[in-house]
Amino acid sequence: MVSGTLQELQNKAIEEVLEKYPEKARKNRAKHLGVDSPEGVKGACDTTKSNKQTVPGVMSERGCAYAGSKGVVWGPVKDMVHISHGPVGCGQYSRAGRRNYYVGHTGIDTFVTMNFTTDFSEKDIVFGGDKKLKKALEEIDVLFPLNNGISIQSECPIGLIGDDIQAVAKVHKKESSKPTVAVSCEGFRGVSQSLGHHIANDVIRDEIMPDTSARKDFETTPYDVAIIGDYNIGGDAWGSRLILEEIGLRVIAQWSGDASYKELAIAPKAKLNLLHCYRSMNYISRHMEQEFGIPWMEFNFFGPSKTTEFIRKIAEFFGPEIQEKAEKVIAKYTAMTDAVIAKYKPKLEGKKVMLYVGGLRPRHVIGAYEDLGMQIIGTGYEFAHGDDYKRTKEDISGSTLIYDDVNELELETFVKRLKPDMVGSGIKEKYVFQKMGLPFRQMHSWDYSGPYHGYDAFAVFAKDMDLALNSPVWSHTKAPWEKEEKGA
Amino acid sequence: MQDVENIVNGQKLFLQPEYQEVLKRKKEFEGNAGSVDPKKLEEISEWTKSWEYREKNLAREAITINPAKACQPLGAIMAALGFEKTMPYVHGSHGCVAYFRGYFTRHFKEPTPCVSDSMSESAAVFGGLANMKDGLRNCNAMYKPEHIAVSTTCMAEVIGDDLNAFVIGAKEDAEGELDNTPITYAHTPSFVGSHITGYDNMMKAMLEQLNPSKEEKVLDEERINIIPGFEPYLGSLGEIKEISKMFSDKIIMIGDHEEQWNTGAGEYKLYAGGTSMEEAKTAINAKATISLQKYSTIQTAKTIKNKWKQGYETCNPIGLAGTDAFVMKLSELTGKEVPAELAKQRAQLVDAMQDSYPYMHGKKFALYGDPDFLLGLVSFIVEMGGIPSHVLCHNAPKKGWEDDMQAIISKSPWAEECQIWVGKDLWHLRSLLFTEPVDFLIGNVYGKELYRDTGTPLIRIGFPIFDRHHLHRYSISGYKGALNLLTWITNAILDQLDEDTKEIGKTDYFFDCVR
Repeated sequence: MVSGTLQELQNKAIEEVLEKYPEKARKNRAKHLGVDSPEGVKGACDTTKSNKQTVPGVMSERGCAYAGSKGVVWGPVKDMVHISHGPVGCGQYSRAGRRNYYVGHTGIDTFVTMNFTTDFSEKDIVFGGDKKLKKALEEIDVLFPLNNGISIQSECPIGLIGDDIQAVAKVHKKESSKPTVAVSCEGFRGVSQSLGHHIANDVIRDEIMPDTSARKDFETTPYDVAIIGDYNIGGDAWGSRLILEEIGLRVIAQWSGDASYKELAIAPKAKLNLLHCYRSMNYISRHMEQEFGIPWMEFNFFGPSKTTEFIRKIAEFFGPEIQEKAEKVIAKYTAMTDAVIAKYKPKLEGKKVMLYVGGLRPRHVIGAYEDLGMQIIGTGYEFAHGDDYKRTKEDISGSTLIYDDVNELELETFVKRLKPDMVGSGIKEKYVFQKMGLPFRQMHSWDYSGPYHGYDAFAVFAKDMDLALNSPVWSHTKAPWEKEEKGA
Repeated sequence: MQDVENIVNGQKLFLQPEYQEVLKRKKEFEGNAGSVDPKKLEEISEWTKSWEYREKNLAREAITINPAKACQPLGAIMAALGFEKTMPYVHGSHGCVAYFRGYFTRHFKEPTPCVSDSMSESAAVFGGLANMKDGLRNCNAMYKPEHIAVSTTCMAEVIGDDLNAFVIGAKEDAEGELDNTPITYAHTPSFVGSHITGYDNMMKAMLEQLNPSKEEKVLDEERINIIPGFEPYLGSLGEIKEISKMFSDKIIMIGDHEEQWNTGAGEYKLYAGGTSMEEAKTAINAKATISLQKYSTIQTAKTIKNKWKQGYETCNPIGLAGTDAFVMKLSELTGKEVPAELAKQRAQLVDAMQDSYPYMHGKKFALYGDPDFLLGLVSFIVEMGGIPSHVLCHNAPKKGWEDDMQAIISKSPWAEECQIWVGKDLWHLRSLLFTEPVDFLIGNVYGKELYRDTGTPLIRIGFPIFDRHHLHRYSISGYKGALNLLTWITNAILDQLDEDTKEIGKTDYFFDCVR
């Protein structure tokens, strides 16, 4: 039985978690856990330590810089070949698992779900891999003549054995006259995926932004925007795109889900950059602001309340003509989303949810849940920084447990104590909670469903949450001859 | 717009006209050939199907495209999880461990415990000792393992961390906290071999470090060990144990990860099943050890044969002949006749093979996967009268494997038509399937793109399989496992036959209700 106020429970759960650690680790972890609520003057969102070294020896859910660059930022650029440079594993584990949807002829003019690797052997470690890399680049150009560029994504050994991949890339770029970029995103750099995002952004800044060939003759309109930081998971960006076009804007670039190289290069022609994942692409947005004077605006298209709020903000930027269209679009879709809410809210209202995800979703999806009458009682990030937690404060609406870089045992304990009705996190966590009889949705991959961005997508979201929470399968856990409830 | 009475997800949503328009408008800004020059796309697409392309493709030396192998620590984790209350501990970057856990979890649809000590830049400069000192203590305090099995990522290997010294150092500094937890360790560099090499190195290390020296061994004439190898089919582990039990209670599986990835609903268990520590620590006492994957236990074999001076045998109980050899080996080692139950199972299998043979007979197959898996599977294809036209093993060891495979293929009347491809990847296979087509492809999930590109139907047998559920629960080993293989392959052929004959009024004279 749950007793005491939610906030008391949350604080007690933190105490219980910390007791599990040896002293040094306990001190460290205490700084990453806390409770906050919107009315709190100063809470965990203001004070939580983040973007720090993970405590060694735990089951952290974090990934690495390579994952942040190859897996997140670069990998979805569809008409470039991305080489996982180093041993065979990294490219294999990250192959085709992220659901960055794209349209193209894979293997001929687009390459996202493939795995290109230099497959290092001991010899390459001892004698260096630059020659092999050079040859690999040449072979790719022979076998994939329609590639529009190659990126070299460094795995751990590259930065340790002193290879000069920048030099190799430079030579190849000259010889092939195609974009060839080297990304030093070795997995040991930084503390999580986050540094990989930053490094990847810096390479876009240095290598792609100066390329004016595609934007030289590009004819602009006053309503050109770029979607930045949408990886088109399950087609998310296409949902956002539809809405933006309907309100009268022209989306000239989509970064980087379903992006082609050309879209990266023409983005500086936009009048406004619309930033979805702040964490992974704020760097390049700031750069485009400084270098090209393009303002950027964060937006959130999860759930009708937030979608409507941000359509209005975006429209306001462009003035009355767009605002008028925006109101029509809002009205058109609101009728549908109201019907979705009428259909699902009665089945979902009051359900409690705990989240643990990556860049923006731990705060961005809160509104979509609340539109369905559901409540977020805990949320946290794998690789956030302080500015992400500050933004989170604006989105929480009740007492919320905040956990940074939470590990498996902590999350398991929090869930056991707070007893949410549902958990939303990743593949590594999914079956832990399902074993406990808890409905679970993967909130990285949309659990093989989606899209979740935009009005149409909200219908998918609502249906998926209902499917998860109200499936009959959760009622079978207890055998008819058992007296006590198992587990949690 | 969504119809609230019939909400559809992306699969059908994006087919709606307004989304099709979005995608069409997007092309205006795109630079890929499909958007700017569809004719060129078509031309190159056709070219990739040619013999000319195949030759260029096979001549590749530096770039690997769509590999059919993973790296060492993945195998080390599977080996470790075969032991009771054992926490796999990866010394290196935590990004690797996120990948390993995700990879296994997508295959088994089960949680995968494993920790790392989160080495980062400072560890790259100063070495990972500090991480290991903290990491082992934290791991021990939080997850209360009875054994910690340490493997390494390539980062730790490149900077040359000395595991032996580090483990000793960590224990000394742990104020007694680690005194009762055995810690074994293996170097598992990702740039050597593949995941099966990692399985081998970890298995060898655990056996060597958990067992006493040869001088202290107490021979148990009745005990036999079985090492399953990197076995993604949990049902196979169960089947091997069933068969073993028919001969003796003292046949013990060393590295039994069956239960770890097959726990029931109701409660989350961090650890489940596995070879007990007691059995692991006395493995040296056995009369003999049988490895079911010769090429996943090359180094482990050396310990057993040379250090332990123990009998060492290899069997590959996939298919009829492989299972026969395994059963006879157990009979020989235990001195017991083959039980009537197994004779019955064998007869039932052969009966089923004789019922279904017309469909596999003369069909051409392309197969890829791990070395031992392929030896077993190709053997079964040949037993059924199928033609293993292309046998591709990306991670085949240099010595011995090709000869073993050739010996199996030579039993086929079509041996001359069959080709073995060592060290080749799935982009090579794409060229092979275009230029020398086959009827069916057998392999893991990555064969899906080959199916899409070449139209060759994929029968999913192998590792990993992410896009079909529960296949890993079945056995592919033993007579019962062979029956599963027979069922899957025959029915895939029959499904394809229906697919090929379903056109009404045209081909459906052959759309028979009885096959």
